[in-house]
Amino acid sequence: MGVKLLLDKANVPGIRTYEVYRREGGYRSVEKALKEMNPESIVEEVKKSGLRGRGGAGFPTGMKWSFIAKPEGVPRHLVCNADESEPGTFKDRYLMEFIPHLLLEGLIVSSFALGANDTYIYIRGEYAWITDILEEAINEAKANGWLGKNILGTGFECNIHVQRGAGAYICGEETALIESLEGKRGNPRIKPPFPAIQGLWQRPTVVNNVETLAAIVPIINMGGEEYAKIGVGRSTGTKLISACGNINKPGVYEIDMTISVEEFIYSDEYCGGIKGGKQLKACIPGGSSVPILPANLLLKTATGETRYMNYESLSDGGFATGSMLGSGGFIVLDEDQCIVKNTLTLARFYRHESCGQCSPCREGTGWMEKILHKIEHGQGTIADIDLLWDIQRKIEGNTICPLGDAAAWPVAAAIRHFRDEFEWHINNPVLSQTSNFGLQHYADPIHVPA
Amino acid sequence: MTYTFNETQMAELNRLVARYPEGKQKSALLPALHLAQDSFDGWLPTELMDYIASLLKIEPIEVYEVASFYSMFNLKPVGKFIFEVCQTGPCMISGSDDIIAYIQEKLAIKPGETTKDGVFTLKLVECLGACGYAPMMQVGKIFREHLTKEKVDSIITEYRATVTN
Repeated sequence: MGVKLLLDKANVPGIRTYEVYRREGGYRSVEKALKEMNPESIVEEVKKSGLRGRGGAGFPTGMKWSFIAKPEGVPRHLVCNADESEPGTFKDRYLMEFIPHLLLEGLIVSSFALGANDTYIYIRGEYAWITDILEEAINEAKANGWLGKNILGTGFECNIHVQRGAGAYICGEETALIESLEGKRGNPRIKPPFPAIQGLWQRPTVVNNVETLAAIVPIINMGGEEYAKIGVGRSTGTKLISACGNINKPGVYEIDMTISVEEFIYSDEYCGGIKGGKQLKACIPGGSSVPILPANLLLKTATGETRYMNYESLSDGGFATGSMLGSGGFIVLDEDQCIVKNTLTLARFYRHESCGQCSPCREGTGWMEKILHKIEHGQGTIADIDLLWDIQRKIEGNTICPLGDAAAWPVAAAIRHFRDEFEWHINNPVLSQTSNFGLQHYADPIHVPA
Repeated sequence: MTYTFNETQMAELNRLVARYPEGKQKSALLPALHLAQDSFDGWLPTELMDYIASLLKIEPIEVYEVASFYSMFNLKPVGKFIFEVCQTGPCMISGSDDIIAYIQEKLAIKPGETTKDGVFTLKLVECLGACGYAPMMQVGKIFREHLTKEKVDSIITEYRATVTN
């Protein structure tokens, strides 16, 4: 049983309510931060904790906070990114739905550290019922003196507002999110200037993921150094993993990043093995945009080392033989799944979600979907595989925001590791409509096109 | 047709606008469009968007360009209940294709269409963040998860009952 810092109280009956949350020790970190610490010392603790952004990019949170500009007389803002939209990811939803006060507690401490008085939670529009849960929790916190003016008699004012998005994956990108919060289309901004200098309404702004902000609570309670002792290397603390696909126990799990991928998939404490006793074919370990790995490269690295559920180990081998921890959206595919079809649905997703600003992404995502659609429906040619490879390479790195990369990587990785399955589809246009390539790729799993 | 919010709806709009600093009322546009769509017929006719523009003191084009960007805003009439079925990777590998085919068969409509009685619209959508509980669809504010054919049957019966009664 690993350490739990965020979900340790998730099963306490009534933990969603203020009364139970407070009785279980909730809001202690606000008392400690506002009475015994100052903004600088909080930022120091977060730096010491080694906490890295939990939304997907893994940027050190303490460092991000230290970049915020502090011009005289200009208000600063903290924005909580609750626009969880990366396929495979549903961890923030779980946290907000069941322990909303944990997020509020983290937001109050973080707002104090950043000198922000008006803080916004931008939540994806489809999570409408969670918006109601958060609003209710905010009302409870306000009624008990944790929000509003002069919190704990310290003179600090903090207000938290929830804004719903309206169905746009791109708004999870922080500058698109800010545009959306300003009532505009979610078109990412060109950086610099970074939000820490000119963000929401051109004011200094920090945007952090839900899980990142919730992790501030244990960091303040136990101290940054203690937090950093959990986990391994630069993967400190705990991480929420949302596991889905062909497994026995899909759900949200808190892990301490020292467990192996094999244990995570097969142990009854986590995924409980592959559904129906089938074989593991492949896995997308960190949300749909990270490279898919065939089973052999997932459980062990290319050099034969055990692969672990943390930032460094999952990316061991780079994109040639590794992947990323990303957002923690862990998608498992069994032997019956078709890589071409899976890649097609992801390509369609990114085409649908491209904001259309940059031509490589707007045009490229459409072409990738069309070509994959051709191959999936028995109309592809061998040259299409190389064309796909060429298109994804021309998108990657050539767009304002990372959506281009996110669209390119799944296609690239599918071709890299499963080229023979694509070829089989093309060479067997009739058979591939009714049957499956299965596990044949195991003979020679790695193909890296020149 | 002209649209006007009643007292409750207007109070809600004012609450939304009050979250933002003075002069930044445009920030309330997304929540205001949700309110407008929910308050009337589940979609946003031009006249309704113009009304929202006047309330937020912005140009109509600023509303149109936003309404057309976000997938939750409907720019065409829709049925009373919209079945928004997820078709992205994790749902697909968990059997969403069968569910989508079954709903089409049961309702005798294709994606994007509305039943003749105006009760149901079928819409295929991209990942809604319920991958662990797949296959799934959203109906109004609610997620219906772990869908099976039997479950689809009972959901259709359930919503149809609210209309005929």
